[in-house]
Amino acid sequence: MVTKKKKGALCLIILAVLLFVVVVVSFCLGRYPVPLRDLGRILGFSAGLPIEKTWTNAMESAVLRIRLPRILLACLVGCCLSTAGAAYQGVFQNPMASPDLLGASNGAAFGAALAILLGASSGMITVSAFFFSMLTVLLVTIVAARAPGKKIVNLILAGVMVSSLFSAGTSYIKLVADPNNQLPAITYWLMGSLSGSTLKSLRFAFIPMALGLIPLLFIRWRLNLLTLGDEEARTMGVHASRLRLVVVLCSTLVTAASVSVSGMIGWVGLVVPHLCRKMVGNDYRRLLPCSMLLGASFMLVVDDVSRNLLAVEIPIGILTAFIGAPFFLYLITRKETML
Amino acid sequence: MISVRDLTFSYDAKPVLEHLSFSVPEGGLTALLGCNGTGKTTLFRCMLGIQPHYSGEIDLDGRELRQYSASQLASKIAYIPQNHYPAFNYSVLDMVLMGTTQQLRAFASPGPKQIRLAEEAMARLGISALSYRDYMRLSGGEKQLVLIARALAQQAPILLMDEPTASLDFGNQLRVMDQVRQLSHSGYTVVMSTHNPQHALSYCDRVLALKSGRVQADGTPEDVIDEALMEALYGVSVQFEDTSCGRIIMAASGHK
Repeated sequence: MVTKKKKGALCLIILAVLLFVVVVVSFCLGRYPVPLRDLGRILGFSAGLPIEKTWTNAMESAVLRIRLPRILLACLVGCCLSTAGAAYQGVFQNPMASPDLLGASNGAAFGAALAILLGASSGMITVSAFFFSMLTVLLVTIVAARAPGKKIVNLILAGVMVSSLFSAGTSYIKLVADPNNQLPAITYWLMGSLSGSTLKSLRFAFIPMALGLIPLLFIRWRLNLLTLGDEEARTMGVHASRLRLVVVLCSTLVTAASVSVSGMIGWVGLVVPHLCRKMVGNDYRRLLPCSMLLGASFMLVVDDVSRNLLAVEIPIGILTAFIGAPFFLYLITRKETML
Repeated sequence: MISVRDLTFSYDAKPVLEHLSFSVPEGGLTALLGCNGTGKTTLFRCMLGIQPHYSGEIDLDGRELRQYSASQLASKIAYIPQNHYPAFNYSVLDMVLMGTTQQLRAFASPGPKQIRLAEEAMARLGISALSYRDYMRLSGGEKQLVLIARALAQQAPILLMDEPTASLDFGNQLRVMDQVRQLSHSGYTVVMSTHNPQHALSYCDRVLALKSGRVQADGTPEDVIDEALMEALYGVSVQFEDTSCGRIIMAASGHK
């Protein structure tokens, strides 16, 4: 235990350092390269330190106006999706669960498509995506609560059904959308991207993200008991269905906030928690913080690739799928089924 | 300490438990006998607060069981399931630590005090050496002992065990039953369901036999386990042999 605990703590420290390095590198990378020395000076200057200005205005604007929000948002989105994925895997006692299981993504896609169809501003698109994402999961939990029988199976089935309903709605909107401007906008949104990140979208997403992440961190020990099943958890003093509702609510908040600012980014919520399970084990006391840190680094690296690899930005949803799908295949084909 | 009065429970229209009345006094080891589908598991689920929609009363320390919150109930009654395969693997120590959850506030994680409790529970069952091992890689007998340790770490005076010897080999059955008997001698109130009447004869102080959701027999093993009860519960005829190691149950000679 002591060694395992130490190993877990060491892993967290390494991941924190990794995240720091990735953040610094991400600031420097880009079409407008910023040397490390200038980066430090710009950040110090904007923090109010008395530093002589040796950099160009363009450099400052690239760092503070473009890269800073984007980097922060990439970290937050990665952190949220990974945390929500890890939490969902626990409450559904299923290693294959991911944050969009209950329709959060498909609901958000519908909301965004609808807003684009109605010609809304980018801010309204985000709000609409968030609203429909929450609405979808709410609908799913209400339907599942009314159905008799196994609660988890009901939730998953209701999730699949309501998701496909909203996904059909999205398809219909694409059908009637103006093919010259609306349709490409919808399609591009669905592929997922952080290119539209501004301080405004960061401010919008931050509150629901914090509201979801903090309670999850606090109840992370009890998540372990949920993986044993409702009845066993209950005999150890944990009100399983109530706890699951709290976890689903928190996870939905962070997922909806993420998806509404970044579009559809799949796989992160599945891949990162599994990598972390490999590193620190299944105990949520270590798994959740580990998922947060690794998720942030992972998303930031993928976003760096998406904006630097080609002259045209590659939508991040495509890249995560390129990485996530092979990993998923590895996961289901490997001999050792114990997770 | 637990007294059940006129307990009736039905799934839809099908009655599973009908007008059960019995009491479990403090201390001692009670065997719950009965064939498959006779309501033993349902009775446990009622007594664990998982199935609150019964009629009648279950009185636990002077209060109706349904009035206890989940964590209050967990401080009174611990449940030991059969060997199982959870979705995720945990170390043995973490598994045992989960039993201490009812002592913690909602936002807390186990601290040094809980770790000490878990270590004591494992030491008591002689499985301290397993603490860093993976629960999923243990043998059936070891898993059962871990689950018992978890219940001890829960610090509840009453233990409900669901067929603790199911699917264990002969040696492990004896080992687990020995531990169970020692626990009851040291003051725990243990109720275990079992399909082996010999275990009830050899280890238990008391037998509660269910048939079709009703109490068929209730008393000491010597008094109630007889040819008629075995015939009534299992539809087989048996004979008994008194030996220096106690009463042995075997198939009636005509059944060979």
